[in-house]
Amino acid sequence: MMFLLEATISGLMAGVMYSLVALGFVLIFKASGVFNFAQGVMALFAGLTLVGLMEKFSLPPWAAIIATIAVMILLAWLIEFLVLRRLVNQAPIILFMATLGLAYVLEGLGDILWGSDVKLLDIGLPQGAVDWLLDDYNLYVERLEVAAAVTAVIMVVVLAVFFQKTRIGRALRAVADDHQAALSVGISLRTIWVIVWSVSGVVALVAGIMWGSKSGVQFSLSLIALKALPVLMLGGFTSIPGAIIGGLIIGVGEKWAEIYMGPIIGGAIENWFAYMLALAFLLVRPQGLFGEKIIERI
Amino acid sequence: MNLKQLTLGLAAAAAMTGSAYAYELTVPTLDYRTGPYAPNGIPFANGFSDYFTLLNERDGGINGVKIKLVPCETSYNTKKGVECYEKTKNAGNGALFYSPLSTGMTYQLIPKVTADGIPLYTMGYGRTSAANGKVFKWVFNVPMTYWDGATVAVQYAADKSGGMDKLKGKKIALVYHNSAYGKEPIRTLEVMSKKYGFELKLLPVDHPGQEQKATWLQIRRDRPDWVFMWGWGVMNQVAIKEAASIRFPMDHFIGVWWSGSENDVLPAGAKADGYKALAFHAPGADFPLHKDIIKYVYDGGKAVDPSYKDRVGEVLYNRGLVNALWAAEAIRTGMNIHKTKEPTAAQVRDGFEALDVSEARLKELGLPGFTFGVKVTCANHKGPGKVAVQSWDAKAKKWSIVTDFYQPMDDITGPLVEEDSAKFAKENNITPRECK
Repeated sequence: MMFLLEATISGLMAGVMYSLVALGFVLIFKASGVFNFAQGVMALFAGLTLVGLMEKFSLPPWAAIIATIAVMILLAWLIEFLVLRRLVNQAPIILFMATLGLAYVLEGLGDILWGSDVKLLDIGLPQGAVDWLLDDYNLYVERLEVAAAVTAVIMVVVLAVFFQKTRIGRALRAVADDHQAALSVGISLRTIWVIVWSVSGVVALVAGIMWGSKSGVQFSLSLIALKALPVLMLGGFTSIPGAIIGGLIIGVGEKWAEIYMGPIIGGAIENWFAYMLALAFLLVRPQGLFGEKIIERI
Repeated sequence: MNLKQLTLGLAAAAAMTGSAYAYELTVPTLDYRTGPYAPNGIPFANGFSDYFTLLNERDGGINGVKIKLVPCETSYNTKKGVECYEKTKNAGNGALFYSPLSTGMTYQLIPKVTADGIPLYTMGYGRTSAANGKVFKWVFNVPMTYWDGATVAVQYAADKSGGMDKLKGKKIALVYHNSAYGKEPIRTLEVMSKKYGFELKLLPVDHPGQEQKATWLQIRRDRPDWVFMWGWGVMNQVAIKEAASIRFPMDHFIGVWWSGSENDVLPAGAKADGYKALAFHAPGADFPLHKDIIKYVYDGGKAVDPSYKDRVGEVLYNRGLVNALWAAEAIRTGMNIHKTKEPTAAQVRDGFEALDVSEARLKELGLPGFTFGVKVTCANHKGPGKVAVQSWDAKAKKWSIVTDFYQPMDDITGPLVEEDSAKFAKENNITPRECK
């Protein structure tokens, strides 16, 4: 029973880590309808930049984080200036392809700027098991994942306040609801895109910090996007709570599957099981758990 | 003959008899300097390239013939690796051998090199049964195979437990990369599990291995006595951190030689102290050869990756270095056997098959005590198969070899090699050669 509890908690925690990546996808898709394939690489790029600034310029973590946020905002502006504004009114698949190209450009840029080595990321986040739980209750919970869960909660609250209570947040929601209507009331689509890509860049930084603290910052970080896809399919591409709930379901589902079904059918089923679970949900709710149901009149 | 003709004639004669021989030995390098496995691919590629560059700069090449490296980026992607092979096999004067540093690529390239007549040198990786030279004429995996490694890991565990008979009832878990590479030791460990009575638990980890919580929860639940790991890339770093988190004793956690580099242990910090890995050569840069590399390659401005100077001597750098060294000796041997300065791939194959790099020769080459002597024969393409165990000192941030080189258990692996190579021969209509 204790082991099941442990597996469930670990699944929930892993799910939060997936959600951190999924949130970035949701933000951009919600505001612009663009599926940003480069989100995983943005997490990698942010992580590389953070470690690079700390190592090369001996910046303390807080200063490096602020500088990295500035870099991600600059990156968002560049993406809008060099890519997005030239593709306004293009079909979604064109914008998707542009983000595919962007992923390769960012990966190459990260390599040129900061190199391909594994980089240690230590900004003081707790590591290892929670000792008192392990010693007193024989319950294994990873401290880094607890920190990730707390961070995710804070981030969701901040994003919710930003979207609901601020002028820019309301503008973002207006653009998400109807581009034309938003433009007609004077909302600048370009400004909104820069803002939303900046926010997404900050989310990518948080994901990069958490995943980078777990395994070192290295190029395999770009593949964490693959972990976020089933979360999005399940939670819906437009829902922030969906990204969180979806992450939790995927996290627990894949851990249970690997531990209890894996030994029977050969193991290493985590990855495809997550997709299978998401596909099963899609059959019932194509828009995902919390996604907006799209009804188009012909 | 006027003065001009005399001058031209003398110049031509000088060019022909001088040290600069116009013919170049073509060596394709299937590197991976990009992608998720780049942190492992780069040190290896640097060591490999630096050795050949050193030979060019210090010795004028091999037997006076310069080496031309033809790099091709594979990103550790089997499909790209095969494309690289096709693209480079006719480059320059024709590829003399391939070392793809990938078991997946090796499996794809075996039929191709066999058809094209180019030696494939998979040093300590690839298809284990290629050790049988009677069947795999073009493939060499000297100095040992994964199956040798598996027998040594078990022997080490047995030594620490009080003998082979003490393995009965013990639990050994194999955490492996869910790929052709990671699955290689399973057959040997299954046979040993039956013979010595230990319980074997198989725990595959999918590429790239960033998330392994379920695997380590199972280890926590089952409490194996030993964990062996056949990992690569980020999988190693995450596994070592996870093991530390669940407080699995590091001195009972043994990685294969591809799971024992500085990259693998540094992210876990102090908690990786005592982690073990198999090894077939020394770490470090305290050898005359390394000093020459710094002098001729890095200080001479000839390095492929000049920023790497401070990391010369890391485990995977030395791995690439020794791969290049044994291959260069095979080329030299082939040139000597056939008394030529323009060897073909087939002649280099003969060089691989007559490869004999003794410890005395290693000393001459600037690597005294770096590894054991190797000798390849027609029937035995894997060489001596010896493996030691190295341990990580987290405080000093250094690997050290902590055992003598173990002999592999040929009584276990021999029949398996015969069985697997016979199966391959049958499937591919190969009649095994006679070896004297």
